[in-house]
Amino acid sequence: MIDVTNLSKRYGDKVAVDDLTFQVKPGVVTGFLGPNGAGKSTTMRMVLGLDTPTSGSVTVGGRRYADHPAPLREVGALLEAKAVHTGRTARDHLLAMAATHGIGRRRVDEVIDLVGLREVAGKRAGGFSLGMGQRLGIAAALLGDPKVVMLDEPVNGLDPDGIRWIRDLLKGLAAEGRTVFVSSHLMSEMAQTAEHLIVVGKGRLIADVSVAEFVARAAHDTVRVRSPQATRLRDLLVGPDVTVTGGEPGLLEVTGLTREQIGDRAATAGLTLHELSTQQTSLEEAFMTLTRDAVEYTAEPTAAGRTAR
Amino acid sequence: MSTDTLRRPTATVPADAKVTFARVVRAEWIKFRSLRSSVIMVIATVVLLAGLGLAFSAVLADNPPEAGTPAPPGGPSSLDPLGASLGGVNLAQLLIGTLGVLLVAGEYATGMIRSSLAAVPRRWPVLVGKIVVLAGVSLAVLVPTALLTFLGAQGVLGDEGISLGDDGVLRAVLGAAFYLAGVGVLGMAVGALLRNTAGAITTVVALLLVVPGVVSLLPERVSDAVSPYLPSNAGEAFMSISSNPDLLSPGAGLAVFVGWLVAVVGAAVVRLKRRDA
Ligand SMILES: Nc1ncnc2c1ncn2[C@@H]1O[C@H](COP(=O)(O)OP(=O)(O)O)[C@@H](O)[C@H]1O
Ligand SMILES: [Mg+2]
Repeated sequence: MIDVTNLSKRYGDKVAVDDLTFQVKPGVVTGFLGPNGAGKSTTMRMVLGLDTPTSGSVTVGGRRYADHPAPLREVGALLEAKAVHTGRTARDHLLAMAATHGIGRRRVDEVIDLVGLREVAGKRAGGFSLGMGQRLGIAAALLGDPKVVMLDEPVNGLDPDGIRWIRDLLKGLAAEGRTVFVSSHLMSEMAQTAEHLIVVGKGRLIADVSVAEFVARAAHDTVRVRSPQATRLRDLLVGPDVTVTGGEPGLLEVTGLTREQIGDRAATAGLTLHELSTQQTSLEEAFMTLTRDAVEYTAEPTAAGRTAR
Repeated sequence: MSTDTLRRPTATVPADAKVTFARVVRAEWIKFRSLRSSVIMVIATVVLLAGLGLAFSAVLADNPPEAGTPAPPGGPSSLDPLGASLGGVNLAQLLIGTLGVLLVAGEYATGMIRSSLAAVPRRWPVLVGKIVVLAGVSLAVLVPTALLTFLGAQGVLGDEGISLGDDGVLRAVLGAAFYLAGVGVLGMAVGALLRNTAGAITTVVALLLVVPGVVSLLPERVSDAVSPYLPSNAGEAFMSISSNPDLLSPGAGLAVFVGWLVAVVGAAVVRLKRRDA
């Protein structure tokens, strides 16, 4: 369990994390979703106490991370930036990490096998590909058999096989009752891995929902309508929860009404329709729409300044 | 590559797994010996200390100095039998100081520090553990090196040589090994303060070699008051047997040198605790 409470982080004038409050619960994979620069990595560094919050707090299992006598048994983390000395072999890196907790060679060999690095464990990490580096980072995260597994953009640099492997690993860890918190800037990735989502944009919380609910809430299907009497039809359709946009003459894009409702209203008014089709919004589009709103919200002062000039 | 392995993890993660200072020291020892650069630097320090000590002694044996002959640049501060045999200290300190810097700043350069501090979030044991390892390795290697170099140098000097039993000689020889270990620790602390390899090496070199020269150019009243308390001169006080009026007594020199180490390491620990990693 990770508890984030009114967490903020400022670097100079740059607000990286802005009053975040959320909880990550055990037993499910929780996705931490947001575009680049949203503050995901910063939040994760604050969970580990690597960066100190400007205000607010974060606890793991009810305590500050640093207050746990065996931190690696509490949280296993893969950080975004490489956190391995390039001159050391993978095995020596893991042996040194393990030694801080009195964890022995057998567990080190176990995690090396688990991530599939056995053949290169004796090679220096500086020569590793991005994907091998990610696997080494995941091995280090699993060393202490942790209750919480926190991975920052773990699929970066992995091939499709590796991505599938991570997905299965994360789901397996969650099924064992662990807390699994994994960040990504790709909605499609999260939709296949996570059950719950914490969505952030510009350091702020945008949504804290199940993936199913997020999809339902965000993915407003659009209906495409073509009609020679488009202007009259628009007047018939607009309402409080309905938006109608038109890209070209005679074409309407309607959200908030079903195809059937639109067809019926047109028929009642005796209007001709040349096309009536549902356009499915992809998850990625839904995510972009959500986070674009957050970006616009915080960018408002700049935009206003530009208009005034 | 299956999650099955994780279902039997208690077999290999001991129930008493937790951080202790002794374990952090062990981890730092694993880190130390698993980097080729640290092993090479230690060997280089030994070779330089022994080689230059013997070479300066050979020079001294062939050319008994007339009074007032200036010491060779980069060599011992005085061409007496003890100074010549410890003549490698001046250059060896640069190697071991650089090693100290590399062991800390190298973790910042590679990002390793985030792994280290995530495993040991109280942080201070990481730096103190590194210091224990480097000081321990340095003393274990350099005490015998200094003793053997001294004995070998006296062999080279023959009748001109002095004995380990002479007044203050053993103290000075052991002092040289202690001084070098101390410079390694100083390098680590400066590396932790600056987090940058080049900057930290420059700072250590400046503190040990440049600052004493600059201070000696200041008005005599100032330079006489400051100069003996600089780390290199405080070290010189317990590494020599001449009663040089410009230096502190050996005991006071040791106290001042240790004082420097405590102050710089203390500052490094405070900064390590406070600053984002
Ligand atoms: N150490 C730092 N110093 C200054 N700015 C930082 C630092 N770390 C992150 N930032 C800034 O904070 C914002 C959030 O960054 P980050 O947490 O890396 O986002 P994400 O991981 O979601 O891409 C970015 O604008 C980034 O430039
Ligand atoms: Mg990031």
